[in-house]
Amino acid sequence: MTTVETATGATKTMVLNMGPQHPSTHGVLRILLELDGETVVKAVPDLGYLHTGIEKSCEDKTYSQAITLTDRMDYLNPLGNNLVYCMAVEKLLGLEVPKRAQYIRVMMVELQRISSHLVWLGTHAIDLGAMSVFLYCFREREEILKIFELFAGQRMMTSYIRIGGVALQPPAGWRQVVERFLKMMPSRVDDYENLLTENRIWMGRTKGIGYISAEDAIALSMTGPTLRAAGVAYDNRKVFPYSSYEEFNFNVPTRTESDCYARYLVRVAEMRESLKIVRQAMAKITDEGPIKTEAPGIIPPQREKMKTEMEALIYHFKIFTEGFSPAPGEAFVAIESPRGELGCFIASDGSPKPLRVHFRSPSYINLQALPKLIEGQLIADVVACIGTIDIVLGEVDR
Amino acid sequence: MRWIGINSRRYGFEIVTESASQNANVVAETLRSWNPQAAAEVTEYRGETTIVVPRELLRATAARCRSDAKLQFNLLTDATCVDRFPIEPRFELNYHLVSVPRRDRVRLRVRLSGNDPVVDSLFPVWPGANWLEREIFDLFGIRFNGHPDLRRILLPEDWEGHPLRRDYPVEGFRDVPNTGEMFRKSSVL
Repeated sequence: MTTVETATGATKTMVLNMGPQHPSTHGVLRILLELDGETVVKAVPDLGYLHTGIEKSCEDKTYSQAITLTDRMDYLNPLGNNLVYCMAVEKLLGLEVPKRAQYIRVMMVELQRISSHLVWLGTHAIDLGAMSVFLYCFREREEILKIFELFAGQRMMTSYIRIGGVALQPPAGWRQVVERFLKMMPSRVDDYENLLTENRIWMGRTKGIGYISAEDAIALSMTGPTLRAAGVAYDNRKVFPYSSYEEFNFNVPTRTESDCYARYLVRVAEMRESLKIVRQAMAKITDEGPIKTEAPGIIPPQREKMKTEMEALIYHFKIFTEGFSPAPGEAFVAIESPRGELGCFIASDGSPKPLRVHFRSPSYINLQALPKLIEGQLIADVVACIGTIDIVLGEVDR
Repeated sequence: MRWIGINSRRYGFEIVTESASQNANVVAETLRSWNPQAAAEVTEYRGETTIVVPRELLRATAARCRSDAKLQFNLLTDATCVDRFPIEPRFELNYHLVSVPRRDRVRLRVRLSGNDPVVDSLFPVWPGANWLEREIFDLFGIRFNGHPDLRRILLPEDWEGHPLRRDYPVEGFRDVPNTGEMFRKSSVL
């Protein structure tokens, strides 16, 4: 699909094909590397091996049906994808979500951020040769997935966040389970830091590798931990608060070195901040209360009402056969996913199916900076640089 | 409970227009004072400002948005297209800009006709427009003048048509893609 025009003359350099089936590309990413000895002269990423046309499929589904498709884009952050899509539809409709549902959403999304960072840390470390961190990270991620299973009945593709709220009431005994996780996790993060932060091999592989200046990062539209490691404190949770994030007390960790090591430190610090947010959200979630807003014709009615009220039965039938029709217009919503600014743009033409659904996926746009990171570096550092951007190919290709 | 935005024709509710956000018109006024034609049409919907820019002025307006001390939209966060087929002009390009220092967002919009879907690339203003515009070229077939590397990005190079256009069926034109042919063409190395 892609050819490399050699920059320094064909006799001296060689072109090496990395991927699409390469363990450290975290999926099916192909990179064409032009090498001069061990130095990368030019890098051309080649994408699209996982393109499934999710945006096109959304146009053929009603607004509620498309939620399950969004889970499958960034499969390490399905709840965040649900959240951004549902918030865009709610903005289009002008719906307000009950506070209790907003806090539940915040708690779930922050747990998801920790689990996503754990997968990132484990796979990044295994790419650079630290095997044991991977096993520890996945052990803790399993605990988070068990919490999701408790709440939603699913471990990964939960579709738990719905238009107007969340799908189910929190299950009995959820506080004990989350509390146990919150007690355990800080010492586990300490363990990872003990293994890596001062590890000489780890520092040698990551310090000073993959530098990008703050100006270049913003010009290349980078967001998320990669931008914050360059010293720009741009976090949607603080800058454009959504889902009641303005009521939570947390810091946005930044570094200024802007190398792989700084990005590692930022993400580890983010895990600790997320734990703080989960604890605050837990305190805010009351035991009783609504989990969905009430909007007949848009939000499916309660099961008991359907048995007793005729209107509820009619609305239920209409919602699931025809769907609902927002007024013509557009809405763009952006949240802070573990990888950066995850945006959702929906255009409605007044029919029950969206005219256009577009996801601004942070992996796709951050990956654009990969050539900038690795050109001039050694070939062994390519793996470190791919890992440090934290891409999910399901989201890159959509 | 607010009932805004629900299609009044079908549900019988009143559509309430939300009031414009405070700094919404700063952008439009600053652009108008620079060039009266730049902000030809300004709409406010759901607290989002959309500025419709004439096609010829897109790159200059974008550069102004980035460099003007009152605007400072230094981050091009997203670019996408809406196809309103069969209405002409059918394409609507939406550029979502963020000002990190000013904490503001704005949307620039350009309308393009189906006969001549060409517009100036924003790559000289924000290098990050590179892949965003390649994706639009790939999926909608809109060409960008001055783009350094306008190739398909998500689909194979020999793909026929632009699937996100509204006149392209969801299930595609062919049941079975000709994989053997695609593989031969794509194995360049």
